[in-house]
Amino acid sequence: MSNKTQWQSVCHIDDLVPDSGIAVWTEDGPVAVFYLPNRIPCLFAISHTDPFSGANVLARGITGDLKGQPVVASPLYKQHFNLETGACLEDTSIKVTIYPVLLDGDEVVLEVPIKAHDQAVA
Amino acid sequence: MSKKNLIVVGNGMVGHHFLEQFVDSDAAAGFNVVVFGEEPQLAYDRVHLSEYFTGSTHADLAMGTAQWYADKGIDLHLDEQVTEIDRDNKQVITPKGSYSYDELVLSTGSFPFVPPIQGNDNPHCLVYRTLEDLDQIRASAEGGKVGVVVGGGLLGLEAANALKSLGLEAHVVEFAPRLMPVQLDADGGALLRKKIEDLGVQVHTEKATSAIVEGEDHRLRMNFSDDSHLETDLIVFSAGIRPQDALARSSGLEIGERGGIVINNQCTTSDANIHAIGECALWDQRIFGLVAPGYTMARTLAGALNGDSEAAFTGADMSTKLKLLGVDVGSIGDAHGQTPGARNIQFNDGANGVYRRMVISEDGKKLLGAILVGDNGPYDTLLQYALNSIDLPASPEVLILPESEGGAPTLGPDALPDTASICSCHNVTKGDICGAIDAGCCDLGSVKGETKASTGCGGCAALLKNVVDCELEKRGVEVSKDICEHFPYSRQELFHLVKINGIRTFHQLIHDHGKGHGCDICKPAVASILATVWNEHILATDHVALQDTNDTFMANMQKNGTYSIVPRVPGGEITPDKLIVLGEVAKEYNLYTKITGGQRIDLFGATLSELPEIWEKLIAAGFETGHAYGKSLRTVKSCVGSTWCRYGVQDSVGMAILLEDRYKGLRSPHKLKMAVSGCTRECAEAQSKDIGVIATDKGWNLYVCGNGGMRPRHADLFATDLSDEELIRAIDRVLMFYVRTADRLQRTSVWMENLEGGLDYLKQVVLEDSLGIGEELDAHMQTVIGTYQCEWKTAVEDPEKRKRFREFVNDERKDPVQQWTQERGQRRPVVETA
Repeated sequence: MSNKTQWQSVCHIDDLVPDSGIAVWTEDGPVAVFYLPNRIPCLFAISHTDPFSGANVLARGITGDLKGQPVVASPLYKQHFNLETGACLEDTSIKVTIYPVLLDGDEVVLEVPIKAHDQAVA
Repeated sequence: MSKKNLIVVGNGMVGHHFLEQFVDSDAAAGFNVVVFGEEPQLAYDRVHLSEYFTGSTHADLAMGTAQWYADKGIDLHLDEQVTEIDRDNKQVITPKGSYSYDELVLSTGSFPFVPPIQGNDNPHCLVYRTLEDLDQIRASAEGGKVGVVVGGGLLGLEAANALKSLGLEAHVVEFAPRLMPVQLDADGGALLRKKIEDLGVQVHTEKATSAIVEGEDHRLRMNFSDDSHLETDLIVFSAGIRPQDALARSSGLEIGERGGIVINNQCTTSDANIHAIGECALWDQRIFGLVAPGYTMARTLAGALNGDSEAAFTGADMSTKLKLLGVDVGSIGDAHGQTPGARNIQFNDGANGVYRRMVISEDGKKLLGAILVGDNGPYDTLLQYALNSIDLPASPEVLILPESEGGAPTLGPDALPDTASICSCHNVTKGDICGAIDAGCCDLGSVKGETKASTGCGGCAALLKNVVDCELEKRGVEVSKDICEHFPYSRQELFHLVKINGIRTFHQLIHDHGKGHGCDICKPAVASILATVWNEHILATDHVALQDTNDTFMANMQKNGTYSIVPRVPGGEITPDKLIVLGEVAKEYNLYTKITGGQRIDLFGATLSELPEIWEKLIAAGFETGHAYGKSLRTVKSCVGSTWCRYGVQDSVGMAILLEDRYKGLRSPHKLKMAVSGCTRECAEAQSKDIGVIATDKGWNLYVCGNGGMRPRHADLFATDLSDEELIRAIDRVLMFYVRTADRLQRTSVWMENLEGGLDYLKQVVLEDSLGIGEELDAHMQTVIGTYQCEWKTAVEDPEKRKRFREFVNDERKDPVQQWTQERGQRRPVVETA
């Protein structure tokens, strides 16, 4: 296991939907990117895969806040995931991967791990 | 010091309750706990056994989970029968081995008594106690038409209900002159019989079965001692229970003359290290065939094993409150008035099917017992009077007279003494509840969690809520009806805020009237309100982030993240050309196809990006969205009606199509289903729908607020012999009134049950316009109908909206986790076997 990461451009700012999520494909698999314009910072990225069902659906959940934490509710079984930490509010043993995300000009960029084969080349 | 062994034989409701009481106590630390169950499943709720036929599974009925047993360190042996107790060596023997005990608890329950009738060993003669019994009944019912229950007691009527729910013509055969002879008197029994016969169950009393032989028209014939007979396809014996004491008997424990393991007040048998609880135990020459006394024994024994010198079982209240085949029956205390000098007060309203009897003491001051049939409304109040020996009011008859004749003063929670038992399953008094509230419980949920009240049979739920609400109010706590943490309002209040203030977006509403950013509770609720009031496209920029995924993508998400598609097929009428298009599209996208219960076709397995492509093709062929994803009108089911059917008296298909086209797209608090039947044979099953219409030779009968599904409710007859115009106006107003006043996710059935004034009130509002809002409701419905658009047509024509349907916005690839397999000629997702 390596800790090496890279920043990857995943989409244009116009692809984002306010108060909702979109799914992007990254070197690390499917990632959900949420845009909450009333928060600072306003971008969040977590794994798109719902750990309870294994389906790639989290970007399609409803966003909001519970007791001040920004959350998304899984569209399948409705568990809530903290967008900042990836923690599941209903089951403390479950956590989804979170990814650092930034706006670089009009591009949304994510920090994702470098895959083993990439390192071999590097 | 090594631990001692405690063995529990029997894993039923009482055995499980004992474990719950014991494992967390101080004494438990000194014991290894081992449990043997004869059945292959964990303890389950036998009180609600008949729900197994209406959709409940063992998991729904289970009292605990294997995880709980593991967490508590209990060594659980299911499907392992204890065959012998070796008292000399303190061991129990099973086919798999022998196990030493220091303390032994027998909770072996009871078995159904099968009368010694010739022929009772026929494979279609069954009993009703375990899930396996129910599986056998279900198997036997296959291919049968008629089922008979022998025994008209409490369990027998439950069993008759089960047979009825399996679609059989059900009969009850009772030896006594009336039903429920233990709990009811002659008048009460007669009314119960009439009500049950009205529900289609035939009752035969004073019948003794002499033999069961092969039948002519059915599998079996029951010959009765009066030379009459009855033919049937299966027989369920429910003629009482007998304590399961075989194991205790063969090991030489003291057994009662008519069975039952003799126990003392500490639930200990004639062997000081062996204890017995529940239906297998005989206390003071009595067997207790209800769950609450069994629970009391379990608690007593757990206390005694912990050295509590005051723990004692001293008998139990055998009062019961039930709904048998939907009929209320209640029996309290000395129901038959056997106390010397007891006096009776009776109220018998044959027209409305209500019978009530109070048995009061000679001096008229105390309630000794009561019988209720048809309406258990006064039960809780009467039970409290009886259990707590509360002085009756000066004219005690007001307690059972209907309200219109003087107003029955219910015994408010305030009038109950602190010692009043609220939950008899878990022995929770009003004082315990007050204590929990004083210790910081501020709502019903936390009181339940703290005291366990109302987590047994649930019969005290309404009383518990009253006590908690009353006590909270006394302490100045307001009972919250808030929809969630973001809005201090109910759905109905939010509806008014939106309408009166002309609010058109969620942001404006939460800015003006709420706090925070919203959540998955309030956002879809507000989206539904906005859609009802303004009817803008659900994917309009301001609304898109509010919707559940099904609304956002206008399809139903399935377990693997793909979607299913249901095009509208109004009234279930479809041309061959359209059927072919559905087939072609399904084939092209490899979609699994299934006919729905609402006379439509469901296409499963479409990915997000395929949805708009598929809809382009469907729209081109003339299909519209079916709103299967929305809280809105689903289908209007119909039979073929007078056009083809020789019995039909009206054009039910035509009316169904008219209704479906009228109300499609109406957003509501929950989904809506309708049906139209062309004659009284009711082939469209309209009486199980939110709106049901049945043709008569003079017009249409309208039924409202029925439901199928998880909690079926028969629809109420609302108006008769309506013309087309009258029918539509009535439905317009019922629906609009529902949409405006119901709670979030409240179906019409529950809405009706909670509507103050009920059916009569709704009739006044809709048919007599008692609130003067009739025209406003009509106009609102007209606006909704006038602004209808096919959401999918609008979406596929708008490139911006189509962008939402990309699987990954930066990559053309399909979702990689979806794995498929073939089954019965179609594609389906691979099921995870985790």
